[in-house]
Amino acid sequence: MVAGWFTGEGEGFRLLGTRCSACASVFFPREDVFCRNPGCPGGELREVPLSRRGRVWSYTDGRYRPPSPYVSDPELPWEPYALIAVELAEERLVVLGQAVPGVTVADLAVGMEVEVVPGVLNEDAETVWTTWQWRPTGVAA
Amino acid sequence: MTGEVAVLGAGMHPWGKWGRSFVEYGTVAARAALADAGLDWRDVGSVVGADTVRGGYPGYVAGATFARALGWQGARVTSVYAACASGAQAVGTARAQILAGLADVVLVVGADSAPKGFFRPAGGDRADDPDWLRFRVLGATNPTYFGLYARRRMAVHGDTPEDFARVKVKNSAMGALNPYARYRKRVTAEEVAASAVVADPLRLLDICATSDGGAALVLSSMDFARRHGVAEPVRIRAVSTVTPRYPNTVLDLPDIATDSSVAVPPPDETFRASIARAAYEEAGVGPEDLSFAEVYDLSTALELQWYEDLGLCGEGEAAKLLRDGVTALGGRIPVNSSGGLASFGEAVPAQAIAQVCELVRQLRGEATDRQVEGARVGVSANQGLFGHGSAVIAVR
Repeated sequence: MVAGWFTGEGEGFRLLGTRCSACASVFFPREDVFCRNPGCPGGELREVPLSRRGRVWSYTDGRYRPPSPYVSDPELPWEPYALIAVELAEERLVVLGQAVPGVTVADLAVGMEVEVVPGVLNEDAETVWTTWQWRPTGVAA
Repeated sequence: MTGEVAVLGAGMHPWGKWGRSFVEYGTVAARAALADAGLDWRDVGSVVGADTVRGGYPGYVAGATFARALGWQGARVTSVYAACASGAQAVGTARAQILAGLADVVLVVGADSAPKGFFRPAGGDRADDPDWLRFRVLGATNPTYFGLYARRRMAVHGDTPEDFARVKVKNSAMGALNPYARYRKRVTAEEVAASAVVADPLRLLDICATSDGGAALVLSSMDFARRHGVAEPVRIRAVSTVTPRYPNTVLDLPDIATDSSVAVPPPDETFRASIARAAYEEAGVGPEDLSFAEVYDLSTALELQWYEDLGLCGEGEAAKLLRDGVTALGGRIPVNSSGGLASFGEAVPAQAIAQVCELVRQLRGEATDRQVEGARVGVSANQGLFGHGSAVIAVR
């Protein structure tokens, strides 16, 4: 539903942000119009892949079904998933994402290393919506 | 102080799930505030409404809606939207008009009929709206963010779920004494622990409900107050409506990511702390001068965060302040003597105004069983979605 937020497959999967050519600020989700640094005269915003790995800043889960526009099958019982906020050291920002299926809050700790992997947000007969997910680096694929 | 305005009246509609229009709640609150002020609606030179989108009208409306319900009388009108900070912006707008000499008496009103369950974004495919995106891409509800902040406090400061529950126990005890609160029952730690987990580590009773409600204030110039025979009114001395400073490095509702601090070092203080500091600087007071505080306890854990952001204690010391009873009724600085959102629930455009209503009741010594002894200076603090700051300092 949003173009250009990630790219690649398998080990090559990366989140995509933009970097200001004037002040080097990094933006995710991508900022393509104006650099948001108030002290920056404004530079060209160029697409950059973000770090694959980061550390857990915090985490939680949703024990109740989220409302639309989140897509879930109301016929099926709600299966909670974890949400992880991850600090990327190089870019010095925090990115929120779903945890890979099967990883629960009991498997997580603040400071733990995680990596970004492709995942499925939802699918219907015609389309599979892919997304990014965070997976603890200690967990086998 | 030349920057002060007088509060002549405060009024509310009880919070709850009444299933009626926001217009009714706002009008009841407005009439109560006018009666409290001893003024006729036709004495009001300006009406400022805090907006709601939920009224069956395709757009954000408030000011003129209330003016029509009260009866058109030609007053100047303003409508403001700033999410949860809407009420503070309405107070700030009213104050600016009074100080600029544009109006002697201003009526401020906010009211809402909230939907059941989670707040959700407006409909349609709106990929340019961060609020829509966090639901569509992540399924991240408001409690998701409350859960993230709570877990972070546990990891960094050693707070426990039992500490969070203590906030609910404290606020429900005070809310039980407030006739305008939706929940009038004292809650025990055992009841919090027995309630369902919503967003780990927070449970149902750690998170505020959505509610209907309305609140209103009548503000005037100090000269008008004296002419009206009120020599010592409660005065508003500061209204903080600051935005964050770049880079905002705390993951803020409804964002998917923070700003990067690669190019610019993060500011010395967080956004919430800057909201409080701006109010203190404008009022010429500090946290040591406060008698009590009303803070936005969307979750129990978030109330603890506010203690630190308001400077009531150092970073990481909020749970100790709570455990020592400092923020309970009878403590050095009671927090959320009204019962807070824990007892009221959330009626977005009314909330920041309702906080000021509690400041007024306390500073006048009219808070009956929940009265803070000798209250002289009170602060309210709140944060609105999308970078809207909100704090008000009132004095007697």
